[in-house]
Amino acid sequence: MKRKTMFEKIWESHVVHEEPGKPSLIYIDRHLVHEVTSPQAFESLRLSGRKVRRPELTFATMDHNVPTTMRSLPITDPISAQQIETLRTNCREFGVTLFDLDSPEQGIVHVIGPELGVTLPGVTLVCGDSHTSTHGAFGALAFGIGTSEVEHVLATQCLLQERPKTFLIEVNGQRPYGVEAKDIILSIIGQIGTGGGTGSVVEYAGDTIRALSVEERMTVCNMSIEGGARAGMIAPDEKTFAYLRGRKYTPKDFDAAVARWKSLPSDPGAVFDRKLVINAATLTPQVTWGTNPGQVVAVDSRVPSPADFADPNDRKSAERALEYMGLKAGTPISDLAVERVFIGSCTNSRIEDLRVAAQFIRGRKVSSKVYAMVVPGSQPVKKKAEEEGLDRIFKDAGFDWRESGCSMCLGMNPDILKPGERCASTSNRNFEGRQGKGGRTHLVSPIMAAAAAIEGHFVDVRQYRTN
Amino acid sequence: MEPFTQLKGIVTLLDLPNVDTDQIIPKQFLKRIERTGFGQYLFYDWRFVDGRALNPEFEMNQERYRGARILVTRANFGCGSSREHAPWSLEDYGFRCIIAPSFADIFYNNCFKNGMLPVQLQEEQVEQIFQRVRQTPGYELAVDLVDQTIRSEDGLKFRFEVDGFRRHCLLNGLDDIGLTLQYEAKIGEFERRAAG
Repeated sequence: MKRKTMFEKIWESHVVHEEPGKPSLIYIDRHLVHEVTSPQAFESLRLSGRKVRRPELTFATMDHNVPTTMRSLPITDPISAQQIETLRTNCREFGVTLFDLDSPEQGIVHVIGPELGVTLPGVTLVCGDSHTSTHGAFGALAFGIGTSEVEHVLATQCLLQERPKTFLIEVNGQRPYGVEAKDIILSIIGQIGTGGGTGSVVEYAGDTIRALSVEERMTVCNMSIEGGARAGMIAPDEKTFAYLRGRKYTPKDFDAAVARWKSLPSDPGAVFDRKLVINAATLTPQVTWGTNPGQVVAVDSRVPSPADFADPNDRKSAERALEYMGLKAGTPISDLAVERVFIGSCTNSRIEDLRVAAQFIRGRKVSSKVYAMVVPGSQPVKKKAEEEGLDRIFKDAGFDWRESGCSMCLGMNPDILKPGERCASTSNRNFEGRQGKGGRTHLVSPIMAAAAAIEGHFVDVRQYRTN
Repeated sequence: MEPFTQLKGIVTLLDLPNVDTDQIIPKQFLKRIERTGFGQYLFYDWRFVDGRALNPEFEMNQERYRGARILVTRANFGCGSSREHAPWSLEDYGFRCIIAPSFADIFYNNCFKNGMLPVQLQEEQVEQIFQRVRQTPGYELAVDLVDQTIRSEDGLKFRFEVDGFRRHCLLNGLDDIGLTLQYEAKIGEFERRAAG
């Protein structure tokens, strides 16, 4: 029998219809919806008199444009308020479950999907958001779609899809102290580039990946899209099953489900279209210096020079990035002072991220030159952090402690950088203006962000090991 | 959806690789619940100085490109977020065809859903177009989806590849949902099997 990759197993078990020369019609098991990419889809359904085919497979929340100040305050931006109200109306009209702003389960869509057990191994899961790749950490085939496809899934519970290529990224070896899941994925993107995974579904494997916690795996899969990949996935294992057991929307007969899920991992010897092997022992804490996530270097190195790049496109990108970022080639990364620190986003806002940052911050103070904020990924994360006293640690150190949402990852809500402000951010995109027009974003891991908040500039967290 | 068969029009240039969807349509404009009217915000932070006056240094703002229907740019265009507001804003601004050496997946797919044709050419071919456009104000290209070619009056002729199904849908202005619903019986059958 043909040895199959996990992707092939999931794909083949979801084909509704196939014929030569046409994309496959794929069944979608789970659909997550948020306020920004769905209003036009619902409106279009309404105009064509269509219904949501399987409302019980569709779950909605508002996260992108919601304020992270006290929930009892009204939303001051009337356009944001209207978008949020529109999602409420649409969910009510079409019978979709909504985790509204006052819900104890509200949060970033990619944080709450797994928390609720909506995300499961072996499912196909989509959302009108590119970071849907996060859910692949559970052995799901999960990818971001546009609003037309949101409408398509709402109406048909299916999608027309070209079969993507497969790309195996194997990470082996002991990762050094101070090297977090974020550093693994940033290193990978630095190697393959922002278009390196285009057309592919990446499977992350190897003993380093196996040793990651479920939340760390989500961080890795989350940024697959920054390497251009359609999706990222990691084989489910006992950690995955333990994480999911007892969660709200998991199957009633959980043990039977686990037995099925155990057949998902790629067969030994299964063939991938492409393969990359990485030695974790050589990895270092990463800091992006440019305006795309592939423009990244080790914290103990220097801002590169455009002349370092052989490819003319890369050189041009580097020139422009240095200008936008206000950086001089050759400057040590650790000399870069930051004015803002953001710990949050669907990449790094889960309880383990907050624990790592809090542990570092305990007993220290945020630099007087820095404004730092923590935005938990969801209400359950916030509650758990408060039960553990992490909020006190952050607040005592001088961090602002906020309500859950996407916040300054994309700055659709009032949390934005001012022009020229430099920010150490645990989010996923350092594009021009991403966190506010003229804002300068450096992507880092939570511990690196915490250290930058304390010191007022980037620091190599490995130096604290002996302290 | 409006069918796409042939298009002849002025070409404008965006000489940057990795143009992300945050640049195509910045986030502050994603709060609108409509599908139309996004053209005015296209490349907002690049096109405008302080959100008002046109930025004279942004090449697309030059008078010679007024009324352009075709955008030619560099590799990995449309990377980043899945926002369909990106093709909506390009289309609303007047573009129906984008030519680049490569595109990000979600953006590429979103274009077809909006009657826009993304054309992938080789780096050297794109470079040739760049040079000719810069030399000749009002430079036009003719894009033909029927015979899958791009031609110019000064003799350029490039053939491009496009997936047969996507081509068929674009040529006929077909709506995906309508096509999928032809298989409703099979969807139902799949659901019954999955439930069983």
